[in-house]
Amino acid sequence: MSEPSKTVADLRIGEKGVICGFTDEETSLKLLEMGCLPGCEIELDRKAPLGDPICIKVCGYNLSMRLEEASTILLS
Amino acid sequence: MKRLKVALIGNPNAGKSSLFNYLTGLNQKIGNFPGVTVDRKTGISNLSSSVQADIIDLPGTYSIYPRSLDEQVVFDYLTETLRNETPDILVVVIDASNFKRNLLLFTQVKDLGFPVILALNMLDLAKKGGLDFDLNALQKELNVPIVEINARTGKGVDSLKAALVCPVHIVPDSFYKSSEVAGPVVTYIRNRFKIKSDYMALLLAHQHKKTTVLSEEEKKDISDLVAKHHLQSNSLQYRETLARYEAIHTIIHKVMSEDARQGKIRWSNNLDRIVTHKIWGYLIFLGVLFLIFQSIFAWSEMPMQWIEYGFGALKGFISSLLPEGYLRDFINEGILSGLQGVLIFIPQITFLFAFIAILEESGYMTRVMFMMDKIMRPFGLSGRSVVPLISGVACAVPAIMATRSIETWKERLITIMVTPLMSCSARIPVFTVLIGLMIPETKVLGVFNLQGIALMAFYLLGFAMALISAWFLHKWMGGKYKSYFIMEFPTYKWPRFKNVSTSIIEKVKTFTFEAGKIILAISIVLWVLATFGPTEAMQKAEASIAVDTVNTEVYESKVAAAKLEASYAGHFGKFIEPAIKPLGYDWKIGIALITSFAAREVFVGTMATIYSVGNTDDELSVRESMKNQIDEQGNLFYTSARAGSLLLFYLFAMQCMSTIATVYRETKGWKWPIIQFFYMSFLAYGSSLLFYQFFK
Repeated sequence: MSEPSKTVADLRIGEKGVICGFTDEETSLKLLEMGCLPGCEIELDRKAPLGDPICIKVCGYNLSMRLEEASTILLS
Repeated sequence: MKRLKVALIGNPNAGKSSLFNYLTGLNQKIGNFPGVTVDRKTGISNLSSSVQADIIDLPGTYSIYPRSLDEQVVFDYLTETLRNETPDILVVVIDASNFKRNLLLFTQVKDLGFPVILALNMLDLAKKGGLDFDLNALQKELNVPIVEINARTGKGVDSLKAALVCPVHIVPDSFYKSSEVAGPVVTYIRNRFKIKSDYMALLLAHQHKKTTVLSEEEKKDISDLVAKHHLQSNSLQYRETLARYEAIHTIIHKVMSEDARQGKIRWSNNLDRIVTHKIWGYLIFLGVLFLIFQSIFAWSEMPMQWIEYGFGALKGFISSLLPEGYLRDFINEGILSGLQGVLIFIPQITFLFAFIAILEESGYMTRVMFMMDKIMRPFGLSGRSVVPLISGVACAVPAIMATRSIETWKERLITIMVTPLMSCSARIPVFTVLIGLMIPETKVLGVFNLQGIALMAFYLLGFAMALISAWFLHKWMGGKYKSYFIMEFPTYKWPRFKNVSTSIIEKVKTFTFEAGKIILAISIVLWVLATFGPTEAMQKAEASIAVDTVNTEVYESKVAAAKLEASYAGHFGKFIEPAIKPLGYDWKIGIALITSFAAREVFVGTMATIYSVGNTDDELSVRESMKNQIDEQGNLFYTSARAGSLLLFYLFAMQCMSTIATVYRETKGWKWPIIQFFYMSFLAYGSSLLFYQFFK
């Protein structure tokens, strides 16, 4: 079994990563439309008070999503 | 005069609605969270002395592929052009500060084969952030007319009007070559339906099940075709979006030099560090709510008193003008009391909508959604449900319509089902009167009004019950479902006074004329019901009171009370009295309950009619005359137990015809409004019964 890859849900605040793929087809379509493209740099900007959802910086703007959705974005 | 059809299309928050306001001058609300323009809005704009345009404002959408009802509206509009009239021009509004993502929709719309004009908005923000465009190069790349606008100040709107008058040519080249990925399918659909563009044909292949323009037979044909050629809609969409972004990337490299745009974002982030902070975030939110309720109670007291004095004086004037009799009574008690019942709430509604509009405009609502999402999820709701729920504090009708931006049907349905439990503005009058009866008017800590605190408690109780009901619905409906919370986080913006005032005027107008009509009509019907009755019974009632020539005032009051009891309204109330007696209500309250099932705000008008008919003293306000009511034992009738029981009933019961009609429309059937009516009635009856029996 291979090492589970790092996802956006694993980022710490201020940490950056580069998108390399998605694990959920349907969610990925929405994410693409919102500008989360493979090869894009992504930064975890902040978390909601209860730790979920999170807010990321991507494509020059802020995007919020749930941890569940963030965990479908694979990072290289 | 020439008449053009123009449609505005763009991402949420791109400034479409503001532009629409500038073009048409029509009033419309502009928000800062996704999905504020739910309905198609249309208006007329004078482009030049000889050309007019019908402008339609489409809901904000990120892509042509619909994922929510809002986006479905846009998709339907664009595909229905196959059957109906085509818009002459589509204006794609683009937020230049978020150019890349905004351009995705533009490339899709252009590939569909419509004549397109690009309205480039917020260029000032983009430049401040370090994004600079070579507009000439961009025009060459995109091959469409480009107009620079500022939808907040109205700059560039005249240039856009001028561009609309000029003929726009359709350029046949496309950003994405649909025929290369699905050639045979595209060709077949194009030929069969006589479609002008490859991309429109591909879109129909993707979305044939969801579209409204095809017959069942046609849908099946396309289904078979798609299956035959093994078209995988999801992976095809995935590749299309990537290809489009690649094309956009190439364009961007040609038209702008990209520097860091930290300035603006950092400012917003610093503010968010406090606004969405673990502790401060919730405290600020509570503080905002507290301020709203204080203002509704305390600040609007003065203007409400002016209105009251005004009507008092007017009634006095009418009394001095007309002789005693039915006409004078009809004008004073039927019409003027009803009008007063409508106008008195304008100050409160103004404050409430001012706050809601400012919160939406500034972008704060999105932060609230962000903070509340985790809390709402166990109840089958999401952060997105917070906006409809908070709007429900104003009125359930627009709030239920605002649920269209919730993408998951189950989440949306639960939100619709529980939103009417939020205390809407129509409950304010009822609360004002009843809380005044229940809670003394004292100050806490010198500044806070105890009645204001009680009001807030009732709002919170309504919210808690909404959550509890949502949990039960969530468990009852069951089922796994996918729910998204992928949402743009807009930067803070100063609310524009014009937009806030437009929103207030629109809401006050709606309340005064829509709700006001019902209130006034019911007020008149009630006056008739309470004044007339079966002739024999009325005569008997009058005769039953011993004539007292010494104390005529007491005699007249007794006759009036006896007559009311004998009137049609009295019969009505008495008929339901056995059912409501356990809640502590008498037949007079029964009359109010019956009339309130049309609209709850009628309660106060009903009480005014009932008690001012029973009492000769007009000068006292409704609350005063209710306070002075005495039961058979000679004690005060409106005890805390009775007032509390009534408050709970009005808090939970579904007493609004407009809401029922809206739920019917939004859920496309009678099932859900009927379930809603019964569960809310059950809640209302049960809680009032328990409260009264426990505290009486």
